[in-house]
Amino acid sequence: MTLRPKIKIQTVLNLVAPFMGLILVIALFSAMPDVQSRFLRAANLKSVATQSVIVALGALGMTLVIIGGGIDLSAASNIALSSVIAAYAINAGLPPLLGLVLGILTGGLIGLVNGTLITRLKLVPFIITMGMMGIARGAAKWIARNQKIDAPLTWINELMSKSPHPPWLVLAPGVWLMIVFAVVMAVVLRYTVFGRHIFAIGSNEAAARLCGVRTVRTKILFYTVSGLFLGLAGVMEFSRLTVGDPTVAVGLELDIIAAVVIGGGSLSGGEGSIMGSMIGVFIMAFLRNGCTMMGWPNYIQEIIIGVIIVAAVALDQVRHRRTA
Amino acid sequence: MTANPDAAPVPRLRGVEDGSALEMRSIRKQFGATVALDDVDFTLGRGEIHALLGENGAGKSTLVKIISGAVRPDRGVMRLAGRPFHPPGPLAGRLSGISMIYQELNLAPHLTVEENVVLGREASVGGFLKRRGVREKIRETLAFLGHSEIPLDVPTGRLSVGTRQIVEISRAIMDRSSILVMDEPTSSLAREDTERLFQVIRKLRAEGVSVIYISHFLEEVREVADVYTVLRDGRNVGAGRMADASFEEIIRLMVGSKMSDFFPRVPREQGDRLLALKALKGVRMGGAVSLEMRRGEIVGLAGLIGAGRTETLRTVFGLDATASGGVELEGRAAGPGRPWRMIARGFGLLSEDRQGEGLALSRSITDNVTLSRLGPYRRRGFLSLKKRAAAAAGWIAALNIKAGGPQLPVAGLSGGNQQKVALARLLHQDADVLLLDEPTRGIDVMSKAQIYDWMGRAAAEGKGLLFVSSYFPELLGVCDRIVVFHRGRIVADRPAAEWTDESLMAASMTGKA
Repeated sequence: MTLRPKIKIQTVLNLVAPFMGLILVIALFSAMPDVQSRFLRAANLKSVATQSVIVALGALGMTLVIIGGGIDLSAASNIALSSVIAAYAINAGLPPLLGLVLGILTGGLIGLVNGTLITRLKLVPFIITMGMMGIARGAAKWIARNQKIDAPLTWINELMSKSPHPPWLVLAPGVWLMIVFAVVMAVVLRYTVFGRHIFAIGSNEAAARLCGVRTVRTKILFYTVSGLFLGLAGVMEFSRLTVGDPTVAVGLELDIIAAVVIGGGSLSGGEGSIMGSMIGVFIMAFLRNGCTMMGWPNYIQEIIIGVIIVAAVALDQVRHRRTA
Repeated sequence: MTANPDAAPVPRLRGVEDGSALEMRSIRKQFGATVALDDVDFTLGRGEIHALLGENGAGKSTLVKIISGAVRPDRGVMRLAGRPFHPPGPLAGRLSGISMIYQELNLAPHLTVEENVVLGREASVGGFLKRRGVREKIRETLAFLGHSEIPLDVPTGRLSVGTRQIVEISRAIMDRSSILVMDEPTSSLAREDTERLFQVIRKLRAEGVSVIYISHFLEEVREVADVYTVLRDGRNVGAGRMADASFEEIIRLMVGSKMSDFFPRVPREQGDRLLALKALKGVRMGGAVSLEMRRGEIVGLAGLIGAGRTETLRTVFGLDATASGGVELEGRAAGPGRPWRMIARGFGLLSEDRQGEGLALSRSITDNVTLSRLGPYRRRGFLSLKKRAAAAAGWIAALNIKAGGPQLPVAGLSGGNQQKVALARLLHQDADVLLLDEPTRGIDVMSKAQIYDWMGRAAAEGKGLLFVSSYFPELLGVCDRIVVFHRGRIVADRPAAEWTDESLMAASMTGKA
């Protein structure tokens, strides 16, 4: 069939394109005379990995949401509220494990509410989650009485430590969690009915419904799963800061969405991958890291990341047009 | 897997006892004041290909929607394989073995062939997909249909329309459907794809599957169908064996003897040549179109839906890109160009999609009427809202638009009044060439008569009108000349007086005048 060669180019392009970006960024900074000696050092790589954990966990859930044709603007507020709840619980004397679980469940609850409202009120996710963005942020500030919540240091604060406690771990436990969950979610998307249905809903919701896919349930479920990951990201934020800060992570939802989009996620649904999103996360993390090492001011980073987002999506468009 | 498709194991199909697969008795369905189906009987035999024929609006889609469970009848009985059948929704219909294959395909374009075929029916163990046996079954099904070459791992969005249809049919077979409803399945297919589809349909018939086949292409219908039923104005006006019926007989059943509508005739004379399409071909048009029109002339564009009439108007107006050819206005090259430029040159387009692009529904009548010509109300960059509203009020009175006032949103008006607003925009714009795409679709008789009247007046003023309509009586009543489109080309061009309902229908369906 004449389709064959076309598919190959397509597949190769789809596979390589996101990696290319990452390789390009790394190669670029490794070649810079000022930073080349330090950039690829283990210590720096470790630090980049640790810095990526929070955005990465958020991106794992956001990938599901975006593939399913949705969006979650409340992601960063969710992280803030979850971190405040975790700090609050531990500060109140609850065992750290319970604090961790409560933080994650808070995130899950926000996701559940998002998903339920989107499917029941039949409103676009943009509006619902934009509302939730304010609600969750406000709730976080309210619970924390508009200040940071101090909490006693516990093993939770070790989760994001660059020198992990049993030294054989090498990477912070948070980084390991990120890797494990990335693999788990990649498997879920590819090898489960749930994952297949997310793609179907994002690709053509009417067709999915007609084929007997339980679209409402699936949507609520993927928003909830996404919320759980944001809750975990919130706990990691608390672990890193050692306090529950209701003003943390403002604007982070855009970083998370950008990571998914750079990784090939389509805002019109039906497309995206965990691998791609993780690459998106690391492209942005390496860029930030490299720019900092170069001593470039913050605004340069912002401009570069802005350009990368537009370029990545434009590339995506070109791929689409070739498909059409 | 065997290489020979005929030797491949045949998928088992839902058992249907001998006799009729589906029986419908005294079905009635009313939408508002419109009776879509009135006391319709319909019998579908087992393993037969049953053509459902009729003009647009005859009730075909309502009938199949009732069969699929998407619409519930107000009255009447249905029996599926002898048992009472009242599907509460489309899913129930599908579970009962009825599959719909629409022109707009129900596939998820990002999912692969395999994923689409099993969508909603995925085999799984503990939530994990079980793929191996499934792939074998899909391959068997595709092989049975004679299409083992279709790859399982390609997203369906990348396949041709014809191949996508085969994928949809495979899904229906995997569902063990006993009844397949196909609505205009060939309208966007090339001839060889149509041939492939017919082979598939015949194979299904041999397996005892019944097919309801809706198409406007009468020659294809005669080629593939065993039995036909003709609907007209919501009634079953005739049925029989395809082999026993002549072409003319079927067309006469479809057209019937219609009451002559009221077509006000405004006296007018034809002037100089106004518009000429010179072998114009748009990117979405099936062929190049050449056409001339004089001042004071109303030229009707007849043909089936999808024959290329809308695309021609859109290309002339610059909404669709031009591939080749050009447009001349009074002997000078005048495009095509972007719509704003065409408007400046005196073109006006009334879209067939009133809600989608014809009107800004949430905006006021004034906004809609004046949108394409704000010049008269502009002074130093500011709009005189008062003057504009006064002008709109004038059009409201002239066209007898029933509305509370010019400031009210168009969304609140009836269809007929909305359409008058759309027409008022072109008249206000003072366009010389009016491109009217189904201007009377779905509106009441009084509004229709008023729109015909205004079309006549515009022509009498020396304007030229291209008038697309799928309702032949109005073309015959209003136009000076009628051209017939068939599969993207003009196949006939004659004075309106030389056409009849029957000859228009025959030319539209067969492409032979």
